[in-house]
Amino acid sequence: MLSLLIQGAQMALVVALAPALVGLVRKVKARMLRRRGASIVQPYRDILRLMRKEVVLAENASWLFRVVPYMVFAATWVAAALVPTFATGLQFNWTADLIAIVALLGSARFFLALAGMDVGTAFGGIGASREMMIASMAEPAMLLAVFSVSLVAGSTQLSTVASYMATEDVGLRVSLGLALVALVIVALAENARIPVDNPTTHLELTMVHEAMVLEYSGRHLAMIEIAAALKLLLYISLIGCIFVPWGIASGSAGVLAYPLSLAFYIGKLAVGGVMLGVFEVSIAKMRVFRVPDFLGAALMLGLLGMLLLFVSRSL
Amino acid sequence: MSAVDLSLFCVAALLALGPAAIVLRRLAAVSALVYGASALLCLVLTSVGVSVLAGAAEISGRVLPIGLPWLGAHWQLDALSAFFLLVVGFGGAAASIYAIGYGRHEQEPLRVLPFYPAFLGAMVLVVLAHDAFSFLLSWEVMSLLSWALVMAHHRAAGTQHAGYVYLVMAGFGTMALLLAFGLLAGSAGDYAFEAMRATQRSPAMAAAILALMLVGAGSKAGLVPLHVWLPLAHPAAPSHVSALMSGVMTKVALYGLIRVVFDLAGPLAWWASPAVIVLGATTAVLGILNALVASDIKKVLAYSTIENIGVIVAALGLALAFRANGMAATSALAFSAALFHIFNHAAFKSLLFMGAGNVLVATGQRELDALGGLIHRMPVTAFLMLVGALAISALPPLNGFASEWLLFQSVLKSPDLPQAGLQIIVPAAGAMLALAAALAAAAFVRLYGVGFLGRPRSEVAAKAVEVDRFSLAAMGALALVCVLAGIFPGVVLDLLAPAAEAMAHARLPVQADDAWQTLVPIAEARSTYNGLLVFLFIVFSATSSAWLVHRLASRRLRRGPAWDCGFPSDIANTQYGAGSFAQPLRRVLGTILLGAREDVSMPPPGDNRPARLGVIVRDVIWEGGYLRLSAIINAIATQSNRLQFLTIRRYLSLVVGSLVSLLLVLTIWN
Repeated sequence: MLSLLIQGAQMALVVALAPALVGLVRKVKARMLRRRGASIVQPYRDILRLMRKEVVLAENASWLFRVVPYMVFAATWVAAALVPTFATGLQFNWTADLIAIVALLGSARFFLALAGMDVGTAFGGIGASREMMIASMAEPAMLLAVFSVSLVAGSTQLSTVASYMATEDVGLRVSLGLALVALVIVALAENARIPVDNPTTHLELTMVHEAMVLEYSGRHLAMIEIAAALKLLLYISLIGCIFVPWGIASGSAGVLAYPLSLAFYIGKLAVGGVMLGVFEVSIAKMRVFRVPDFLGAALMLGLLGMLLLFVSRSL
Repeated sequence: MSAVDLSLFCVAALLALGPAAIVLRRLAAVSALVYGASALLCLVLTSVGVSVLAGAAEISGRVLPIGLPWLGAHWQLDALSAFFLLVVGFGGAAASIYAIGYGRHEQEPLRVLPFYPAFLGAMVLVVLAHDAFSFLLSWEVMSLLSWALVMAHHRAAGTQHAGYVYLVMAGFGTMALLLAFGLLAGSAGDYAFEAMRATQRSPAMAAAILALMLVGAGSKAGLVPLHVWLPLAHPAAPSHVSALMSGVMTKVALYGLIRVVFDLAGPLAWWASPAVIVLGATTAVLGILNALVASDIKKVLAYSTIENIGVIVAALGLALAFRANGMAATSALAFSAALFHIFNHAAFKSLLFMGAGNVLVATGQRELDALGGLIHRMPVTAFLMLVGALAISALPPLNGFASEWLLFQSVLKSPDLPQAGLQIIVPAAGAMLALAAALAAAAFVRLYGVGFLGRPRSEVAAKAVEVDRFSLAAMGALALVCVLAGIFPGVVLDLLAPAAEAMAHARLPVQADDAWQTLVPIAEARSTYNGLLVFLFIVFSATSSAWLVHRLASRRLRRGPAWDCGFPSDIANTQYGAGSFAQPLRRVLGTILLGAREDVSMPPPGDNRPARLGVIVRDVIWEGGYLRLSAIINAIATQSNRLQFLTIRRYLSLVVGSLVSLLLVLTIWN
């Protein structure tokens, strides 16, 4: 019963916190550029406003275009609900493991890329084409990083991995270090962040994610914005629960442990958001054909980490 | 009546349907009659396969007094044969039902009708054969009949070339099979499978048999570098035959590989397995890269078949590696992943080829760049193709993901392998398989996005109409199989468990007992996946969020022109097409592996000819390997052609010279 409660609380929590995380990153970036920036709650206001507006649909948009925002949101939400945030004992953690979480994000991306192609505009196509190019490098890199982590923990179950990392004496490992770097690169690419993509531009030929969703408006756009925020939160929670598992409550912990672990989790999210903001303002965006080199590095690091673990379990 | 007798009876009926079609050719309904009867017989075969796998029917054999006089023809239906009988049966049934509708559009039905049921029968015979003679005979009949079906539209451009290359490659493959069975029979020359199974062989001999089978069965299945005929022949055939060839016949080829390598050849040493794994992983990546740049919708599907065959062969290689090291349970896991993927691929590739057939019927076009917007004109086909595309891209909760997930689970068990060579090759192969899976998603976004979404790029695409109900019903059934096998992967795994147990000598844990149909291949703490719950969660959160948004926020909607950053264009070619969609990946991965080049011709200033951008993609293996090889053979033939125009005197000296040299060799030998 408790695990069901935690599961429910966690699913609600990730949706509730995701826009705040985006707001925080924007705020940090603005402050770093010596602007005042919008309030952290601005994304909530944006989403509410978009929800209330009417949808302007392109004339030849098909039913797929209208279904995709909800499918993308659902797939991302299910994936995010399976990542332990503040406690590991989730009711449905056995539903899908890390590989399935990667693939669920793949489903969301597949639908979004199709939506980009649906209206038949040049911008949608360019976004979809580049998104799939980036994903075809980023997804294997992420799988390899996941493999390294699973080999260390002896499981692909994320809850098991998280509690293993939190309780066992894992120590500093080369392979985990490589996996962390690979995962961070993948997270930057998958969330359309600088240096791979720029989340704040429109009308620029280097844009990827924003080009795909260009034709969306109103409640559809709101759903896609929530899904994008959820995805960012998912990646930060994932990296948090694997590589900095401190303060996460195990399934057997008492009820009193939860407020503390929740505070820990929000702290971790805040640190992740600030680091992302600082990183984004201190680096330039890459040309799109430099991106494969960047992601190729992640792929190689992931492979190297996995190879090290095959050679020796203690590396 | 035992299971094998029933199956042989069905085969006899299928073989008789061909001549019947010729006799009844004046009948208007002959096409529907033949395809309907084929579908019924295939359904019977499917249920025979299922009942053997489920344990309801005994494993049975039958010796018929035909074939070689001292041998007879042995047929047997064991668990492995039953699994492949199931694959042939349901693939064949779906293709036949599809053809009841699709066959009406055939220009010359008598070029297809007599061969089609016999082709189905021959595939069943390959699966049932239990001696080398019957196996090879059935294999050759299967090859020849499929060749005849490929040549059905023999006047279409490229078909004759495709048929010629297919015939040469099929002959080459059968030669390798002959040699392999020669080695299996040994000096005793007993061609029954029982005798072959009982013979003890050295690991080197078993490895030689494996190599020959990889050439013989691999060329039929489409393993790189023997795949060259496949993307020519599969698209050239009528679409229901394409579906059968890609979805089913490649699986029958894999059956031959599995039967010989896992069952007859005896234990293999571990060093034989890395070659299989590397071959599979390379095939997967090269196949899907070619699919990414192909512009013909059926060619994309054919190249994607090569990718999937690569995935299956890599899984089989893993199973061999585990088995050689005595890790029977893990071997069973990898082997089950291979069988599951065989089942899945038969379902979704048949579905996709049928969708391509619908597009062909509706528009007469196979070029992606002439299509577009079909989701408006052909909504049912478009929806079913979407299911197929999602399934083949290995996306949860559909079936393609479940089998790839099992494969990755077995990759993750490979650090337990003791050999350093395998420990380096397996993670590298795992990376290549992950890359292939990601590229497959890109390839199918391209196929679906360019073909079915967007605006029509030609008149025919703008005027396309939905096809008949039989075609759609067959596709719907296959799409349902894709969804159900993805939601209940445990049921399929339990069904194929006897076949995996017979080959890998271990059984996966029974999946049916797990709560909520969870897939638990090894242990609960290690890895679990529940397709049913993932499906329910996605459906629930999508519908509930949509309902909440419509209920509480806004449900207003207005249609307007596309935004496109303020510069929408009416010209359909301003959309992204097949070439432009593939361009980033072609530049990143294709320059070396595909020899892709962009050829820009820019006229000088003042010249008012248009500038042109051409893309040149070469099949590196075809040009570097096959064309070079044929050039060498031609050169040798031209040189030796001189021998035909010698004088009598020279012929006599040639005869004397060769006689003397042979005698010399003989004396030195002794």
